[in-house]
Amino acid sequence: MATKNQTKVVAEPGRQELFITREFEAPRELVFKAFTDPDLLTRWLGPCDMTMRIDVMEPGDGGYWRFVHIDQKGNEYGFHGVTHEVAAPERVIRTFEFEGLPEKGHVAMETAIFEALPGDRTRVTVQSVFRSVADRDGMVQSGMERGVVDSHQKLDEILATELQLG
Amino acid sequence: MQTRRDVFQAIADPTRREIINLIAYQSLNLNAIAENFEVSRPAISQHIKILTECGLIVIKKQGRERYCEVRLGQLNEVSQWIERYRQLWDRQFGRLDDLLEEMKEKTRKKK
Repeated sequence: MATKNQTKVVAEPGRQELFITREFEAPRELVFKAFTDPDLLTRWLGPCDMTMRIDVMEPGDGGYWRFVHIDQKGNEYGFHGVTHEVAAPERVIRTFEFEGLPEKGHVAMETAIFEALPGDRTRVTVQSVFRSVADRDGMVQSGMERGVVDSHQKLDEILATELQLG
Repeated sequence: MQTRRDVFQAIADPTRREIINLIAYQSLNLNAIAENFEVSRPAISQHIKILTECGLIVIKKQGRERYCEVRLGQLNEVSQWIERYRQLWDRQFGRLDDLLEEMKEKTRKKK
């Protein structure tokens, strides 16, 4: 494969949503399948150092789903929700809640859009809308390990793009 | 409710982002900053107060003038925050790339 496609994350300050965009060198039907078939999903979804188990994944609209990520120490991190709509091969809409939060009810709505591009390529855009800005920021922050910041990035790089990295 | 005072609060407002951009490369006093905006001087003053409380700017006295100076270090918190999350997804999508290649190969063989 030629150069790797870039993953783009857009999370504007003060908003309740975030977008993840990525293009793939495969036709839309295949990408859609890799996102919705339980056997395929477990092969790529989740942090690298964790294994993934699908407890439930009821097919079609209204289906309940629950995924568990397991780290090397055996700790389990559960996520669950309900599928609102599966419109193959264009769109999947579902609710999403991380079970490890101190209180229940911090649900997000995720919409994944699959766009067919010329040359049998596909663009996937995932929009997550949270109940509050704090919920969104917490979700993003949970995906990051704390580390020492030693590189100074230029201000205009950060602000001019309004945090559109990637 | 306690008012949130961190870097995320600081850059949540477009006027505050413009203020930071304005004084990124040169320190300016309040009047000089306010001249660049349509909103009132007290409003700008309030934004600068919030930016100070969030640790993004410091006020330095030079004679009788007070200059606003940017502290960029704080912003690394934001860029790193998003960047780690992006990398998390990037690694997953890298595995998906491999899987899709495999799936394409299988489709070709079937034909």
